[in-house]
Amino acid sequence: MTTHQRSFRAATGRIEANHVSIRLGRGSSAFEAVTDASFEVSPGEFVCLLGPSGCGKSTLLGALAGHIKPAAGVLSVDGQPVKDPHPERGIVFQHHTLFPWKNARDNVAFGLKMRGVKRRQRRLEAEKMLDLVGLNGFAGRYPGQLSGGMQQRVEIARVLVNQPRLLLMDEPFGALDALTRLRMQELLLDIWEQFRKTILFVTHDIDEALLLADRIIVMQAQPGRIHEEISVPFERPRMTGIIASGEFMRLKQHCLHLLHRDRPGDTLPRLSPLGL
Amino acid sequence: MTRFHLGRWLRRAGSLAICLILWQIASSLRLNLGIVTFENVPLPVDVVSAALEFLRSPKFFAHISSSLERVLAGFGIAAVIGIGLGLVIGRSRWLGDFLQAPLELLRPIPAVAWIPLAVLMFSSSELSMIFITFTGALFPILLNTVHGVESVDPRLIASARSLGSTRTAMLLEVIIPGAAPNIVTGLVIGMGTSWFCLVTAEMIAGQFGIGYYTWESYTLQNYPEIIVGMILIGLFGMGSSALLRAAGAALLPWHTKDSK
Repeated sequence: MTTHQRSFRAATGRIEANHVSIRLGRGSSAFEAVTDASFEVSPGEFVCLLGPSGCGKSTLLGALAGHIKPAAGVLSVDGQPVKDPHPERGIVFQHHTLFPWKNARDNVAFGLKMRGVKRRQRRLEAEKMLDLVGLNGFAGRYPGQLSGGMQQRVEIARVLVNQPRLLLMDEPFGALDALTRLRMQELLLDIWEQFRKTILFVTHDIDEALLLADRIIVMQAQPGRIHEEISVPFERPRMTGIIASGEFMRLKQHCLHLLHRDRPGDTLPRLSPLGL
Repeated sequence: MTRFHLGRWLRRAGSLAICLILWQIASSLRLNLGIVTFENVPLPVDVVSAALEFLRSPKFFAHISSSLERVLAGFGIAAVIGIGLGLVIGRSRWLGDFLQAPLELLRPIPAVAWIPLAVLMFSSSELSMIFITFTGALFPILLNTVHGVESVDPRLIASARSLGSTRTAMLLEVIIPGAAPNIVTGLVIGMGTSWFCLVTAEMIAGQFGIGYYTWESYTLQNYPEIIVGMILIGLFGMGSSALLRAAGAALLPWHTKDSK
C-alpha cells in the first residue's frame, strides 16, 4: 500500500444522518421504524449500531445501502445524498445472498463484471480477494458446498472487491456458531486494519460491539431512535483477551443497563430491511 | 453403491418382465373379463416380429423423421415463445395482468379441440400439426417459467442491485439462472405433452408419422403394428424427456450438486 492510496482512502466514507425518519410497511400497517435519527461516522471509523430487535438498526442500514428511502431527513455519504443501491456502499447480511449458480470466484467477480473488467483480470482480482478472506483453494466451490462461515467470507470478499467507501454489515455473524463467530470477528478486524474502510456494523450482541467498534451507537425501540453514543477506548490491534478486563466489564454493564431500560412491550413486526 | 444401483435396475427390469408375462398370458388365453377382452390383443411375440419388420421397411425412416421434425418444430417454437413470454410476464406486473385473461382462457382448451380450427387456419396440414404440438408444449413451459421468475429470491435481486447490476445483467445473471430449474421442468413436461398432442394430430391429419402409422394399422387391421406404434411413441417421449433432463443437469451443475 502506498502513502498516496492511504491518504485517498482516509478521505472517503464519511456518513452523515440528519434527522432521518423511516417508515416501513404500506397502508394501515405502516409504522415509523426509525424516528429522527442524527449521527455522523468519520472516514475509516468502525461504528456499531447496538440495540434490541425492533429498534430500527437494520432499517437504518438498509436505508444507507439505498434499498429504503427515508420519509424525512437526509442520509448522505461523503456529502452525496443516498438515492439508490450502489457498489460503493457494500452490504452484508446475516444470511448470505450469494448467487447459488455461481462458484465463489464468480460470485466475488460479479461487481467487476458489472464494471466491464476483462475476464482474466476479474478472475485474478477475485482470487486475490478470496485469499485475503482466507478462502485460498475454494474458488471453484458453489455456495451450497461451503460452510456458513465460508459463505460469509465470500460475501465480504464480494463486497470488498468493489472498493467500497463503506461496509454495511447487518448482524453478519449472527447465524454462526460461537467459535466461527470469534474467528470471523478477528478476520474482520484484520481486514479493517489493512483497508481502513468505514464500517457500520449492526448487532444486538454487546460483547461483539465492544470488541469491534471505535464507537457504539445505542438504539432503543418504540419508537426506534438513537439513545446514546459510547466511545470504546481499547487500543488496537485488539486481543480477544480484553473481554476479561475491568473496563470492558464496566462498559458492558453500562450497555446492559441502557438496553434493559427499554421496556419490553409487544414487538413490532419484523420487516425486511430491503424494503421489499 | 454399485450393488444398490444393480438392485434398482433389477427391480425395474423385473417389473417390465412381469408386465410382459401378464400380457402374454392374457392374450394367449384370449381372456375375456366382460368389460375388457383380450381376444383381439396380439401376442408379444407377434408384436416383436411386427416391430422387426417395421424397422426393416423403407417407410420406417419416413414415419419417424416426420414425427421428429414436427415435434422439434412445435416444441422449439413453444420453448422460445414460452420462455420469452414467461420471463416478461414474471418481471412485469402490468403485462402479466394484461395477458392473464386470454392465457387463462386458452390454457384449458385441449390440443384435440384445436384440430378443426387449425386445419382451417393453416395452409398445409403439416403446419396445422406443428401448431397442435406447439399448443401442447406452450403452457407447461410458459407457466413454469413464470413461476420460476416469480420465485427468484428477492434478496438476491437486491444484492445484485447493490453490486452494481444493470437491467440486462439482472435478467441474464440473476433472473434466468434463478428460474432455470423451473424452466427445465417446464421443458421436460412440455416435451411429453407435445408428443401426445402430435400423435393425436397425426391420427387425424397426417400422411406419415408414428401417430398416423398407429391409426393406419388399426384401419388396416394390422393389430400387432398398433402396439409397435404405441411403444415407439412411449420410447420417443421418454427418450426426449430424459435427454432434456440430462441437458438440464449438465447446464445447472450447482442445482444438482445442491440437492444431492
